[in-house]
Amino acid sequence: MSITREEVRHVAHLARLDLAEDVLDKMAEQLDGILGYMETLNRVDTEGITPTAHAVTLQTPMREDERRPHLKREEALANAPEQDEENFLVPKVIG
Amino acid sequence: MNLYDLTIEEAHQRLVQGDLSAVTLTRALLDRIEAVDPHIGAYITLDAEGALEQAGEADRRIAAGHTTPLTGIPLGIKDVICTKGLRTTCGSRLLENFIPPYDAAVMERLREAGAVILGKLNMDEFAMGSSTENSAYHITRNPWHPDHIPGGSSGGSAAAVAAGMCLGALGSDTGGSIRQPASHCGVAGLKPTYGRVSRYGLVAFASSLDQIGPMSKSVRDCALIMNVISGHDKRDSTSVPEPVPNYADLGDNGFRGLRVGLPREYHQADGLDPDVRQSMASAIETVRGLGAETVEVSLPHTEFAVAAYYIIAPCEASSNLARYDGVRYGVRSRDHEDMLDMFRRTRTAGFGPEVQRRIILGTYALSAGYYDAYYGKASQIRSLIIEDFRRAYESCDVLLSPVAPTPAFKIGEKTDDPLTMYMSDVFTLSANLAGIPGMAIPCGLSSNGLPIGLQIMGPHFSEDRLMNVAHHFEQHTDFHRQKPDL
Repeated sequence: MSITREEVRHVAHLARLDLAEDVLDKMAEQLDGILGYMETLNRVDTEGITPTAHAVTLQTPMREDERRPHLKREEALANAPEQDEENFLVPKVIG
Repeated sequence: MNLYDLTIEEAHQRLVQGDLSAVTLTRALLDRIEAVDPHIGAYITLDAEGALEQAGEADRRIAAGHTTPLTGIPLGIKDVICTKGLRTTCGSRLLENFIPPYDAAVMERLREAGAVILGKLNMDEFAMGSSTENSAYHITRNPWHPDHIPGGSSGGSAAAVAAGMCLGALGSDTGGSIRQPASHCGVAGLKPTYGRVSRYGLVAFASSLDQIGPMSKSVRDCALIMNVISGHDKRDSTSVPEPVPNYADLGDNGFRGLRVGLPREYHQADGLDPDVRQSMASAIETVRGLGAETVEVSLPHTEFAVAAYYIIAPCEASSNLARYDGVRYGVRSRDHEDMLDMFRRTRTAGFGPEVQRRIILGTYALSAGYYDAYYGKASQIRSLIIEDFRRAYESCDVLLSPVAPTPAFKIGEKTDDPLTMYMSDVFTLSANLAGIPGMAIPCGLSSNGLPIGLQIMGPHFSEDRLMNVAHHFEQHTDFHRQKPDL
């Protein structure tokens, strides 16, 4: 399975990355090589094998739905590129 | 002896005896950093003022009799761990102005113990890499040979410990990022069992694989750090409520009567450097001499570990790194026209090429139509790798293997072909996939003077045993006492 330039462009869009044309070419070539290598996984018969997402099994821990210590507003806003002391400011989303 | 050459254990004894102050010790480390870091580049951010303040506080605690083994001990922290009030960049331009408003769980624990934090250590960007060449700031040079990499992604941590620029360090390990640089720099490094150390405040790369761990000059020093950083944390729902033993209770006969498994796929791998092969052969002899019984075992799915890891880790990373959007923190682009444009420009300008490559790889592998073929398949292989280890541990107590196929390669040698770089992680990746602990300690030097390490792996929550046997090996060899000529 090889990955085309167009597929890389599409995936980059999904990942909110803007690749320049020459970067796109290089990336497609490298990813093609990497994905080609991944083909080796098809040599393993995994019929009936349960996938693992977590190597150390745990029950999801629950807690009471109670207020707990949290960041103060000014701490949460301190690293904001743009803020008005109440909110994070961003370009218009709707309209 | 130079103060910066002390182990944590030795420094603690002198602090407690009162013939050394934490401030004097910290000054000695700061002087050492000033003298050698311009040639090595281990630190991204140095906090001399903060460190001296903390050292003063430590001296007051020591005088009042409230000392712990880490009180007054100067440590370096990999820049992927949140330190309140101290810039944390993850080796990325995207976070070059990020000052965490909170401490990671491990930092809370270190501060409570009275440790002195010297600064933040260099790393591959967002922990993606095996050479620290992917740092957006600068490269780190191997203290043993300046033209060679220190390993990665915790290259700054390993180099700082090896060069006497901290008495110990924290690193993080997702596919080998503590063990491999430890091996390349001739220091000890431990990746704990998944869930042993809280990930709260560890900037996430691959959430089912990441663990924070100690890097130091001796196994006992690793144990002292583990005693402080280990333990359950409610804020990390993958943290395991397993009791913490006293890891520093190391005994002196760890290998006696132990069954040590030698996985044939590791020891007989193609491309194993002759010096590595030689060091391993010597180490096996040593281990037998210490009373262990060695047995060949097989981990048959080893050949699929690289492929499985380099699907799973990028997939998880593509999700974790979606948060870097320029909204709440980090560097935001300036010329954007709308929100979507802001996301794209911010991320494209802020992330380096390896990070972008892995995000795209992960996004592709998780996208509709490909999920089962890639992520689903890799997750099934992961189950088989876990089963390989379980079966191996039926006939042995621990596994012994090389850490890396070769000693540290030259700077620039593998940057052209990402796949070649990925393949060099083959001996360390499986432990992360299986969640098992792995320890690296020095066991030799190559013919051109570069350190070679050995790896000991055990079942879940056997890091106490790993440190017992590693300590036993150390007691009977000299490799950990060798230092680079700087």
